[in-house]
Amino acid sequence: MTDVMADERLHLSTVHEGPASKRIVTGYGFWIFLLSDFVMFSGFFAAYAVLLGQTAGGPKGAEIFDLRNVAVETGCLLMSSFTCGLASIAAGARNRLWFQIAMAVTCVLGLAFLSIEFNEFASLVARGAGPSRSAFLSAFFSLVGCHGLHVSAGILWLLTMMAQVFAKGFRADIQRRFLCFALFWHALDIIWVAVFSVVYLLGSAP
Amino acid sequence: MNILDPQGPIAAAEKVILIDSIAIMLAIVLPTIAAIFAFAFWFRRSNPRAIYLPDWEYSGRLELVVWSIPALTVILLGGVAWIGSHQLDPAKPVAGTGAGVTIQVVSLDWKWLFIYPDQRIASLNSLTVPVGSPLHFELTSASVMNAFFVPQLGSMIYTMNGMVNHLELRADEVGTYQGLSAHFSGDGFPSMLFDVNVVSQTQFADWASDAARSGTPLDRSAYGELAKQSMPKDKPVYQLADPLLFHDIATQEIPPAPGPSLTSNLARPTSTSNGASGGGNDAR
Amino acid sequence: MLGKLTWDAIPFDQPIPLITGALVLVIMLAIVVWIVLAGHLPYLWREWITSVDHKRIGVMYTLLAMVMLLRGFSDAIMMRGQQALAFHSEGFLPPEHYNQIFSAHGTIMIFFVAMPFVIGLMNLVVPLQLGVRDVAFPTLNSVGFWLTATGALLVNVSLVVGEFARTGWLPYPPLSELTYSPGVGVDYYLWSLQISGVGTLVAGINLVTTVLKLRTRGMSYLRMPMFCWTALASNLLIVAAFPILTATLAMLILDRYFGFHFFTNEAGGNVMMFMNLIWAWGHPEVYILVLPAFGIYSEVVATFSGKPLFGYRSMVLATMAICVISFMVWLHHFFTMGAGADVNAIFGIASMIIAVPTGVKIYNWLFTMYGGRIRFDTPMLWSIGFMVTFILGGLTGVLVAVPPADFLLHNSLFLVAHFHNVIIGGVLFGAFAGYAYWFPKAFGFRLHEGLGKAAFWFWLIGFYIAFMPMYWLGFLGMTRRMQHYDVAEWRPWLMVAAAGVAVIMIGILFQIAQLVVSIRDRAELRDTTGDPWDGRSLEWATASPPPVFNFAVMPDVEGPDAYWEWKRHARRGDAAGKEPAYRDIEMPRNSPTGFVCAFFATVMGFALIWHIWWMVLLGGIGAFATFVVFAWRDHDEYVISAAEVARIDRAYREERAAGMGSAS
Repeated sequence: MTDVMADERLHLSTVHEGPASKRIVTGYGFWIFLLSDFVMFSGFFAAYAVLLGQTAGGPKGAEIFDLRNVAVETGCLLMSSFTCGLASIAAGARNRLWFQIAMAVTCVLGLAFLSIEFNEFASLVARGAGPSRSAFLSAFFSLVGCHGLHVSAGILWLLTMMAQVFAKGFRADIQRRFLCFALFWHALDIIWVAVFSVVYLLGSAP
Repeated sequence: MNILDPQGPIAAAEKVILIDSIAIMLAIVLPTIAAIFAFAFWFRRSNPRAIYLPDWEYSGRLELVVWSIPALTVILLGGVAWIGSHQLDPAKPVAGTGAGVTIQVVSLDWKWLFIYPDQRIASLNSLTVPVGSPLHFELTSASVMNAFFVPQLGSMIYTMNGMVNHLELRADEVGTYQGLSAHFSGDGFPSMLFDVNVVSQTQFADWASDAARSGTPLDRSAYGELAKQSMPKDKPVYQLADPLLFHDIATQEIPPAPGPSLTSNLARPTSTSNGASGGGNDAR
Repeated sequence: MLGKLTWDAIPFDQPIPLITGALVLVIMLAIVVWIVLAGHLPYLWREWITSVDHKRIGVMYTLLAMVMLLRGFSDAIMMRGQQALAFHSEGFLPPEHYNQIFSAHGTIMIFFVAMPFVIGLMNLVVPLQLGVRDVAFPTLNSVGFWLTATGALLVNVSLVVGEFARTGWLPYPPLSELTYSPGVGVDYYLWSLQISGVGTLVAGINLVTTVLKLRTRGMSYLRMPMFCWTALASNLLIVAAFPILTATLAMLILDRYFGFHFFTNEAGGNVMMFMNLIWAWGHPEVYILVLPAFGIYSEVVATFSGKPLFGYRSMVLATMAICVISFMVWLHHFFTMGAGADVNAIFGIASMIIAVPTGVKIYNWLFTMYGGRIRFDTPMLWSIGFMVTFILGGLTGVLVAVPPADFLLHNSLFLVAHFHNVIIGGVLFGAFAGYAYWFPKAFGFRLHEGLGKAAFWFWLIGFYIAFMPMYWLGFLGMTRRMQHYDVAEWRPWLMVAAAGVAVIMIGILFQIAQLVVSIRDRAELRDTTGDPWDGRSLEWATASPPPVFNFAVMPDVEGPDAYWEWKRHARRGDAAGKEPAYRDIEMPRNSPTGFVCAFFATVMGFALIWHIWWMVLLGGIGAFATFVVFAWRDHDEYVISAAEVARIDRAYREERAAGMGSAS
């Protein structure tokens, strides 16, 4: 160890370079958070798998899932990931107008997803197939609902990002924050693919 | 209740495993502890005769030994664990005199109900069994989790509502022993001790037929009273009026037992020490 | 209007909690009044409460742990006292109290003593050992600490407002479901842990990112101090395991609040699923606690033997092996559930396998001592006490990992003795060693050595007197959590155990005295060189306490034991001791975000417990607003000029040179 400044030394490519840049550190840390969130979802997936057959005389999956609705929801969410990607490109190009437009469309698509899901839940509760009916329904509502809560939090974040860019432009810290938001939004898509496959597609088999 | 004083083959076999495992590990642990003290003492800074090796930080040979000792111990004990787990699986039948006795066990808040379906009797907090016979236990819970445990007879096992567990034991000596619940189940938990009376074959037959004649009838409504939270002091014997009682409890035909009767305000600890029949001690 | 909350919630008719609560409230009020009147509030706000400095946060975590240790220990005194007396008697604690006390004891000791203690030490030391200026996310660090403090606060509030859970430290259903626990106790437990769980997760993300992405130049992975490796492993476990706890507690919350059926007896709930999920978290949790302690021992034993750690790479391998295997053993916590011989045997064997890397570590510490020049300062005493005690605890652990043995010993006092053996002997002794070892670094003066040694001996002897009888009681068939008993055989051993607790209490009194005396005598105990123990790693290469930026210039590392090598060269006069070129340093600004966020979390937690829904909403809005305000700030860093850095660093270099007796 010497006290000499790093850039006065011979640059050896095998030497560890030192602390990474802020952007890398932020993105890395947020990835770790996303992995932890995946673990949390896997707890709910596990509960769903265990409780799948516990319908307690109530409805099974095949009786309550409306695959058409799910298809529309999925389309909205996947599309919103695409528009979020467009927003990322706009942010990279520092184009405020297209950024706000892309984010607004993302928001609308996300809200569409949420309203379809909310309606699905409300109608199930109305016909007595709410989460307190059986363990299976508890697991279904909490797994899908947990995802929905994450999307809701994402919408709040989305609106905050729009406000931030509007007020302060594409400052470095706002760009980092947006990077995290985009990762979050795409991760929710990944989770949704798992949810609709495991819950709706597999569960619709009679 | 000393597990080192087994009164049946399961407990005896488990004790052997216990002692042997401790011995195997002590053979490694004691020399290691001795070495810790020896090295700490010898290599103290004030000892001029001790060698100082300020750069010695690796030895392949030592690494090999250091990984091998725990590994070999674990392989040995792993074998004990594999064989022991299979030989002493709770549901594995135990040989003995005759076909044995089936006992259906229900843990309630806070007492034990023992149902003898073949003898058409039941008893509360007192388990009577014939010496030398295989004992086939089927266990469930009326409410919360408990664990059925007679230390001197061997393995404990959980009791859970809506499920049936199986345990096979045998008692080899006549006498009176203690059983308890080995899983905390609420405010009345310390009361969940029960007597285990190991009697001769003929005494058992006499006791059973006596109870079948003169015991109070145990039907659904009597059971409903028992299911309420209480800590009875008596140990009554019953006639089993409903032969499907255990089945109905285990399949939740009879719904799970109720919780504490609510006091007016849920903001403070609900005292559940006011037992119904017989009454527990109210320490306040 | 106030949900379930009424005046009945305050235990006016229960003298013990009432008087205790009143006393604590008076003391806290007195402290706050003194702080305000003596004018210390601005200092406290600026330097501690809003600090995002990892060193300050580490100290606060450790302080929280030590205060909560007193609370958890008081619970222990009451438990041992009750069991010593309650033979053919109800003792002095009725069941509904006793059951809260042992539940609070376990919850507090694991979540609010052991966790904050190791997280605090990792926070303080890891950035210094890595040669960097702070952790990856300093403001998030502050949030994590304050959320943990919120959890601790809620648990303690339950003493005087309402009740705590009466289910044990892990709330097994159906006992913890609304049917059998209708009061607010379990809700206090659930919300306090959900909130502090967020704090812990945040700390985990922070430290993983710090170790993997923020190391000084030249410090490749295999040149990191061992403590950083164990910190990495422990925090990887936090990131992987705590979300399972969050999910499981959320499921129980849904059952209790919305009538869901995850774990209820009726409608298909599955209590076995709770056990699997909770222990899938619970087993990694104990390794989260013990791995940093292992790291501390590696540092201490090497330093006080004057030798490098023996078998460094082997230790790294062993650490990561423990990290991975800890996820594969969870079923050993419920062998008696009846899963069958194959399942039981496999998990039993897996549990033993984890003893292999642990054994390797013990031998490597042993051979670190071999050929050393051992100094028996307090940290080293704790380490040797640990080695002996932990081996015994490990033995009993491998014993209960044999399923047929566990069929006799599960849930008995043998088990209680085992886990206290490894947690006290392993985690707590390690935390105390770390506390004694790094105290001078944190505060600039040493702890009084004599009082420290006395504390060690009383703790060690008290521990054995308290817990060895419990092993025997397990053999005598005594199960855990008994509020009273009638078995005469058990009584004498329970009285010995109570005596042991009294001896430990003397140890704790010595620790308190040590702190008071050390603060009083801090001038004589001052650490001027920043390296009071002749250390080996980079935290000793800066002043005690370090300046806010840790190092004037981030060091360049060329091998393991970086500071030891540098001192070796310096003593030989080899190193070019010339002054570095100083530059401006940017440091993160302080922020009240953590504290304010935690305030709203406390409000929300309390409101959720008592079903005061409007307050929940307000708290939630407040918490969200806090984050928006934080996101809105324009200046998140401030600059320390090169001149200022130079001034601070020159003073340190003079002291260090004087201490080393050579020009440098």
